[in-house]
Amino acid sequence: MARAISTRRQVAVSVFAWVIALAIFFPILWTVLTSFKTEAEAIASPPSFLFFDWTLENYGEVQERSDYFRHFMNSVVISLGSTLLGLLIAIPAAWSMAFVPAKRTKDVLMWMLSTKMLPPVGVLIPIYLLFRDTGLLDTRTGLVIVLTLINLPIIIWMLYTYFKEIPGEILEAARMDGATLWSEIVHVLTPMAVPGIASTLLLNVILAWNEAFWTLNLTAAKAAPLTAFIASYSSPEGLFYAKLSAASTMAIAPILIIGWFSQKQLVRGLTFGAVK
Amino acid sequence: MGTITLSKVTKSFGSTEVIPPLDLEINDGEFVVFVGPSGCGKSTLLRLIAGLEDVTSGVIEIDGRDATRIPPARRGLAMVFQSYALYPHMTVAKNIAFPLKMAGVDKKVADEKVTAAAKVLNLTDYLERRPGQLSGGQRQRVAIGRAIVREPEAFLFDEPLSNLDAALRVNMRLEISQLHQDLATTMIYVTHDQVEAMTMADKIVVLHAGHIEQVGSPLELYNNPANMFVAGFIGSPKMNFIGGETASAFGADTIGVRPEHFAIATEPSEGAWEATVDVSEHLGSDTFFHMHSGHGERLTIRSVGELGLKHGDKVYVTPDQSRIHRFDASGKTVAS
Repeated sequence: MARAISTRRQVAVSVFAWVIALAIFFPILWTVLTSFKTEAEAIASPPSFLFFDWTLENYGEVQERSDYFRHFMNSVVISLGSTLLGLLIAIPAAWSMAFVPAKRTKDVLMWMLSTKMLPPVGVLIPIYLLFRDTGLLDTRTGLVIVLTLINLPIIIWMLYTYFKEIPGEILEAARMDGATLWSEIVHVLTPMAVPGIASTLLLNVILAWNEAFWTLNLTAAKAAPLTAFIASYSSPEGLFYAKLSAASTMAIAPILIIGWFSQKQLVRGLTFGAVK
Repeated sequence: MGTITLSKVTKSFGSTEVIPPLDLEINDGEFVVFVGPSGCGKSTLLRLIAGLEDVTSGVIEIDGRDATRIPPARRGLAMVFQSYALYPHMTVAKNIAFPLKMAGVDKKVADEKVTAAAKVLNLTDYLERRPGQLSGGQRQRVAIGRAIVREPEAFLFDEPLSNLDAALRVNMRLEISQLHQDLATTMIYVTHDQVEAMTMADKIVVLHAGHIEQVGSPLELYNNPANMFVAGFIGSPKMNFIGGETASAFGADTIGVRPEHFAIATEPSEGAWEATVDVSEHLGSDTFFHMHSGHGERLTIRSVGELGLKHGDKVYVTPDQSRIHRFDASGKTVAS
């Protein structure tokens, strides 16, 4: 039975939710506002919230000083590339774990997840040396490989939970209907898992887009994505808050827009299988 | 042709043997029903024939060809699942055409076959719908259509009617029987419902704990059950089993009498047992009486029409002497 919730309680919960949401959103809002201030206003104390001289000069200067488009393209290539490569490996992997599990499948899944708990800095030096010796430093290929490996456990886990929801009888029916393993995956499993694959793709693009540790440490100029573009504004000559904010806004805008329009898919992807 | 032969087939999951060595012969064109309580291994047996499970040992031959290691796709069998197992992202037409597409059949030929199957199954108006927009009965017909177009050696049905409501189940039962008559193809049908088994089968295979208890036509099983398990499983309401002195008098450890093989009288007579009515179930055409006898045994008795008996009434019931089944201590039928 649904319990009637008192209005007062409802208001309290709503207010609480709004406060939390605003607290999370505030840094982003502040960054966007600061990007429209002059450098002097950006560090003014007390800070002005909305009543300042709005200016676009930071955006102009940022575009002049560094090539936004090149960084943007690097981000696109790296995040999409690592996601697609990851899916290519993860779909067969998740298929086998979901539909033909072995005795140790659960352990393998846990082990894969455990790699995400390792502090990345712990493997920085070996990976850096490997990249140096194989000529992968500061290349898009190198970053695609490393980000694929980093996010692969999450891709496999997400797809695994999606595939688990697909009734095995449908795949057996396909087998009885004369489908080979390949046609089973192409004609039956993949189309049925499209919503799951789409939200996995989205989430992974976002993760790869925002990834800063490896992209900063393994790139210099050529393959530097937007994370490096932002970082270049915190320089030894001093902090330029307004320009840094403008750069940040430009870096997060594309992913924020994609995220906004795909909210529904993302929430479904993250909570899938949590409640049945 | 659709003869299927199982020789010494076994199946184990880990250390649990679900099918002990089993031999079975299914003739071309036969409607064979595997029946038994849940967990008796009937579905596993069907899946072994389909190739969806690997046999642990033994040989499965289809049309005299060893099919034991052949993958399901190449056994030439079609299967209808309990959950229908339709492809939710495809239209009805595409669902039915899928096996043809997999077999590389020419698009035009495939379309013709789909149209013909849809006509047979009354699905013509639904070809462009998706499974989600169909009722349970329609979905099951699509699943059957998908099986028909392949023109398989044999059809395998895994409890296909369990998800349907009672009225629809009776209809579909008739439709499947009609289909068998039209196609004259071998059909293997798994069910836990003995009514389905009795009404549809040419041959019933009664399974219990992976063993075949008896193979025979519905009336053979009804009239001459091999043991107490088959006697109790086939027939509704269940056969009455009576032990003790009453059974000894017939030279058996237990005797069995079907509910319909009793005569009920209000006056005592030679060979009649005294009993008291507990509950009467009125079906209109029949009445089921649940009674207890003077020896404390529970009896279910079926009589045609209404007798006007009520709770607590004392009656005299006489079993039809020619239809008393006698069983020994191990439950096997005693030869008369």
